[in-house]
Amino acid sequence: MEPDSKHPDGKRPESEHEWPLFEIFIRARGGLDHKHVGSLHAADARMAIEHARDLYTRRQEGVSIWAVRSVDIVASDPQDAESLFEPARDKIYRHPTFYQIPDEVKTL
Amino acid sequence: MTQEKLKWTDLCVTIVDWLATPTARRPGGCMYTQALDTEGKEPAAAADETALEARFQARVDLEEKIEPKDWMPAKYRATLIRQISQHAHSEIVGMLPEGNWITRAPTLLRKSILIAKVQDEGGHGAYLYSAAETLGVSRDQLIDQLLTGKAKYSSIFNYPTPTWADVGAIGWLVDGAAIMNQIPLCRCSYGPYARAMVRICREESFHQRQGYDIMLKLCRGTPEQKRMAQEALDRWWWPALMMFGPPDAASTHSTDSQRWKIKRFSNDELRQKFVDFTVPQARFLGITVPDPELRWNEARKCHEFGAIDWNEFERVLRGNGPCNVERLAARRRAHADGAWVRAAASAYAAKQRQRAASAAA
Repeated sequence: MEPDSKHPDGKRPESEHEWPLFEIFIRARGGLDHKHVGSLHAADARMAIEHARDLYTRRQEGVSIWAVRSVDIVASDPQDAESLFEPARDKIYRHPTFYQIPDEVKTL
Repeated sequence: MTQEKLKWTDLCVTIVDWLATPTARRPGGCMYTQALDTEGKEPAAAADETALEARFQARVDLEEKIEPKDWMPAKYRATLIRQISQHAHSEIVGMLPEGNWITRAPTLLRKSILIAKVQDEGGHGAYLYSAAETLGVSRDQLIDQLLTGKAKYSSIFNYPTPTWADVGAIGWLVDGAAIMNQIPLCRCSYGPYARAMVRICREESFHQRQGYDIMLKLCRGTPEQKRMAQEALDRWWWPALMMFGPPDAASTHSTDSQRWKIKRFSNDELRQKFVDFTVPQARFLGITVPDPELRWNEARKCHEFGAIDWNEFERVLRGNGPCNVERLAARRRAHADGAWVRAAASAYAAKQRQRAASAAA
């Protein structure tokens, strides 16, 4: 039952008979980013878009759909999280609130 | 759209208020108490696993979400696969009792609503199968487990829907009980399950309200219509109470699930809350909950209710309910009848791939 380590979401490798898995991203409104909403199986990309329409936008949740084959996604490993993200933690000077600006100075 | 979101928010406020209260009564998470199955393992590996397990429990205790590629105890994985897939199967089988009424809905609007609801149930099944797949089980395996009768689904769907009022009672009571069970699952420790539940709960509120709306219409109609509503309540009340599962004293899966924050409230706590929410709604309809022992306990500020017939629950669970055979047969038939569609789609996709490849060459 160990998940496939190559898959971004731990899912099993695709079997011969099963339709491939697609990850679905939806743009909720014009001007927003596409956001991951879930995954589905489809025979091909066109069917993935059609199923995503039925599955994730039944209540006008989106104006645009991206479908990406799950096996094509490359993901970072949770075990590398520390080495990847820890270095940013002590660099608080990257944030504007780090700097004390005298009250007299406006619009800064 | 906005209106629907507001309704969902109202529901959340009510239930979240309640969720906030009984925390103190819930069993505390014990960090290092799980009895490890060390049999057959090297001592070093077992010690390693104890450390991993302690770290896992600490994360759960801190309300961190566990994601698919994170280390998790084998039993946590197995518990989730069982629970999520049973939940998915319930959604899929749950399409049948109501689907039965699509062609006979009393008006075009009711028909459109019912189609939308049944389509939602199919969607919920799909979200949940996807969540289960993140744990390392394939969709084909899950479907196979359902069709061979190896996997369970909620026994509520083994009851028949003889009248249109049953469609109302299912929305009001069955979906109402489901919401009660599912809202806490939105905070479940396993990320993919929690996220699927957020989406599901948002849609479930529509199901409950459309059901109550059907009941309301019938109860404000002719005496015959009101009698239909009463009879549907009589049929669904006790099975709905059984949906929360066996009483706490007899529940086999609860302890681990509560420590792992998969389950946040006991079966009896949720059942009590459901009764307290639902009884006034029945009173407003002007129909009677079929329980002569039902009464308000002023001191405890909750309803007392009669004993549930757990023999019936066991009987239906073991496959001897009114519709068990019919439901599984319908699913098997649908799967077999759809085989040529799946084969055709696969063949078409293969042909398109081949054409693209030869065009590129």
